[in-house]
Amino acid sequence: MAETRNSADLSATMYDGARETGHSTGASASMKDGSLGPGIPLDIRVQAERIDVGAVASRLAGSGAVGALVTFTGYCRDEGGRLKALELEHYPGMAERQIEKIAREAEERWPILGCAAIHRYGLIAPGDEIVLVACSSAHRSAAFEAASFLMDFMKTSAPFWKREHLVDGTTGGWVESKDTDDAAADRWHRL
Amino acid sequence: MKLAYFAWVRERIGIAEEEVALPAGVVTVGDLLLWLKGRGETYDAALQAPEIIRVAIDHEHVDHSEPLAGAREVAIFPPMTGG
Repeated sequence: MAETRNSADLSATMYDGARETGHSTGASASMKDGSLGPGIPLDIRVQAERIDVGAVASRLAGSGAVGALVTFTGYCRDEGGRLKALELEHYPGMAERQIEKIAREAEERWPILGCAAIHRYGLIAPGDEIVLVACSSAHRSAAFEAASFLMDFMKTSAPFWKREHLVDGTTGGWVESKDTDDAAADRWHRL
Repeated sequence: MKLAYFAWVRERIGIAEEEVALPAGVVTVGDLLLWLKGRGETYDAALQAPEIIRVAIDHEHVDHSEPLAGAREVAIFPPMTGG
């Protein structure tokens, strides 16, 4: 997956107000897609369809209270022309629940005003988006850091698995998890 | 109890889910993985290295020391690679 962050590298600039959170609000169907739950609007989705990144982002901005919007989109790479598609398997039910849990934790740690976290499953062609995370806030640091936090935990806690389909017609192996992803998620516990 | 398998754990075992009745003595997640591993070649292939296997009870991540009591659905899968 090619990672096109429109945020800076945040490893050295964690939000000063970050605090320990050992819990998040319970997940329930009524809280999905953002209308009825406690706290800020959440747009949590697990879907096969393409993600309209611009539409999701514009819904989070423009309220007057929002001074900053950070979006991160992860795309499928072609791996130098070797890859025909990535297959994303997921655990329905748990995927939505874990993403919402991560988003609620971000909401507790940073003063964000809105949040979207959308992950696709099924076959994804090179150049197409796999995942979108977007956070809005009054000032940029909270939006940058909450989006980075969300993305780090999407990779290590949300139940998705990637498998490669190659241009020569064969099915390649399952993508192996990376220690660097675990380390990226772990750094948020050290604050 | 329902067991659900994902990714290469599912492929190696050869089924996506099954209902099992736990024998006496299978109390924790770790006990369950050890018991499953002994159920045949496909299970053994899937659970060769139980220490890297991730487990969720009723959609929440748990450690291998977690008791199984009260669990409705136990999911067994490799480390996640989404995002």
